Amino acid sequence: MYAPDEMMTVTAARSLRDGMTCFVGIGVPSEAANLARRTHAPELVLIYESGTVGAKPGYVPLSIGDGVLAETADAVVSVPEIFNYWLQPGRIDVGFLGAAQLDRYGNINTTMIGRTYEHPAVRLPGAGGAPEIAAACKEVVVVLRQSRRTFAERLDFVTSVGFGTGPGSRQQLGLTGGGPNLVITDLGVLRPDPATLQLVLTGIYPGVSVDQVRDHTGWELAVSPDLSELAPPSAAELAALRLLASAPAASLSRRPPAATVPTAGGASP
Amino acid sequence: MAEIVTLADAIAATVHDGDTVAMEGFTHLIPHAAGHEVIRQRRRDLTLVRMTPDIIYDQLIGAGCARKLVFGWAGNPGVGSLHRFRDAVENAWPHSLELEEHSHAGMANRFVAGASGLPFAIMRGYRGTSLPAYTSGVADIVCPFTGETLTAVSALRPDVAVIHAQRADRHGNVQYWGISGVQKEAVLASARSVVTVEEIVDTLPPQPGAVVLPSWAVGYVAAAPGGAHPSYSLGYSERDNDFYKAWDEISRDRQRFAAWLDEHIYGAAAAATGPDPAAPTRAAC
Repeated sequence: MYAPDEMMTVTAARSLRDGMTCFVGIGVPSEAANLARRTHAPELVLIYESGTVGAKPGYVPLSIGDGVLAETADAVVSVPEIFNYWLQPGRIDVGFLGAAQLDRYGNINTTMIGRTYEHPAVRLPGAGGAPEIAAACKEVVVVLRQSRRTFAERLDFVTSVGFGTGPGSRQQLGLTGGGPNLVITDLGVLRPDPATLQLVLTGIYPGVSVDQVRDHTGWELAVSPDLSELAPPSAAELAALRLLASAPAASLSRRPPAATVPTAGGASP
Repeated sequence: MAEIVTLADAIAATVHDGDTVAMEGFTHLIPHAAGHEVIRQRRRDLTLVRMTPDIIYDQLIGAGCARKLVFGWAGNPGVGSLHRFRDAVENAWPHSLELEEHSHAGMANRFVAGASGLPFAIMRGYRGTSLPAYTSGVADIVCPFTGETLTAVSALRPDVAVIHAQRADRHGNVQYWGISGVQKEAVLASARSVVTVEEIVDTLPPQPGAVVLPSWAVGYVAAAPGGAHPSYSLGYSERDNDFYKAWDEISRDRQRFAAWLDEHIYGAAAAATGPDPAAPTRAAC
C-alpha cells in the first residue's frame, strides 16, 4: 500500500534522468530529487538556491540551507553567483518547483490569493527563486496537489511564468528556458500540448479515474488520446522514499565517507 | 577600523527609529541575537530588508518594529507560513505593513548594485509576472549593444547591515564560511554595519572557501556566541530545525507570541551583555 503523495513523489523522482543538473525547491521537489539520487539517478547534480552546487545530503533537508547541503556540496557559492552565473545563462537542465496555484498554461502563483494585493485573503510566501528558475532552466517540472483551488481558471497573481498567454509568449518576453514540460500531481501527470501549450492529462495513477481528475481541475481539462496508467511505486522506490522521509538525521550517515568528502568551500574547521 | 563593542552598544549606535535595516544570512548565519536586541531596544518604523524574512523578521514584525518590508520570500523554510507576517499583511496587526516585493535574484542583484556604487542592476527576470505592477524599482531597459529588452532593478542602499559570522580577530577583521548568502554585498551596500561573531580570536586561521571582510569595511563587531540560533554557524552549531517547527505554533497565536517575547526577549535583558535595555546608551555614530 502507498499514499497518493508517495505516488506523486515517486513519479516526480522518475522524471529526473541520471547526470542532469537540477535546481531544487524545498518540499516535494527536494524529496523527489533526493529519492532519484538514491535510486536510478546517482549522478544527479542537486543545486539549491542557497548556493550549494552538487549537494549530496543523506536525508531530506528541512530547508534549502541546512548545514548538510554545504558540507556535502561540490562547491558553495554566494546567492548573487548562483542566480547570475549558474541559473541565468541557462546552464541548469531542470528546475523543480512547487506551486500554490497553477493555470492551464503552467503559470504559477505563490504570492497571494483573494481580495486585493494589499489586503489579500491569504498571503503566501512570495517569489523566492521561482521566477528565474521558471524563466531560465532548460525544462521545468512543477509538483503540486491537484484541486479546483490549486488548478485555477485564473491566477490572482502571476509569480512565475510558464507559457504565459500561449504560443509565442515566452519568446516575446525573452524567457530563455523551455518552460514547464511536466506537471505532476497526486492524481496523475500533465504535459503541454505541442500546438496550444495548454496542459493535457497524459498519465493517470492506478485507481484514479479521468472524471476524478476533471473534478479536481478548475478549467475544462483536456485529456490525451494516448492517456496511460502509470506504474505504481516499486517496493524499492517505496523503501528508499520512506527511509529518506522518516529517518531521523542521526540514524543516517550525515556525510559521505571521509575519502569522498569534497574539499571545496564549506568544509568545517 | 571596526570597533569591537557589546551587542547592545552596537545596535544602539547604528539602528535608529525609521532606519532601513538589512539583516542578512541565507538560512545559515542569520543574526538572531542582533534582531532580538533591536526588539529589546524597542526600535520603531524600521524598513526591514531581507531576501528571506524568516523567523527573525516574523519576530520583529510581531513586536511592532517594522513599518515596511522589502523582501523576496516570506516563509518559515520547510515548515510553512510566517504567522506574524501574515497577521500584519492580512489583518494589520499589530499595525499595517507596507510591502516591497521582489524575487530572490532581484534582491541579490539590488544588493550587488548597492555594493558596486551603481544605481541599478541588470538581469533577465520579472517579465510576464505580476511583480512589476506592484513593486517600485523594477523597469524594462534596452541593451545599447544588442537591442534586447532586459530588466533593471534599483540598488539597495540600507542605512545599516547586520550580519552574523563565525569569527573576527581583535582588529575587527571578519571571517565566515559555508553558505555565504548575500552578506558581503549587504555590508558593502550599507552606510553602517554590525557583525556579530561566534568568537573573537587573536588571528584568523586560514579557512577554505571563507569570505573575509577587512576591518576597515566594517563598522562594529560584537561577540554573540550562539547568536545565529535557531539558524546556525557552520562549524559551531547546527540548525535547530525543531525550533523552526515549534515556531509555527508559538507564532500562530497573538497571546502566545506576546508571552514568548516577554519570556525570551524582554525577560532576557538581564542576560544581555549591554546596558539596561530600558535606557540604551547612544554611542556617537
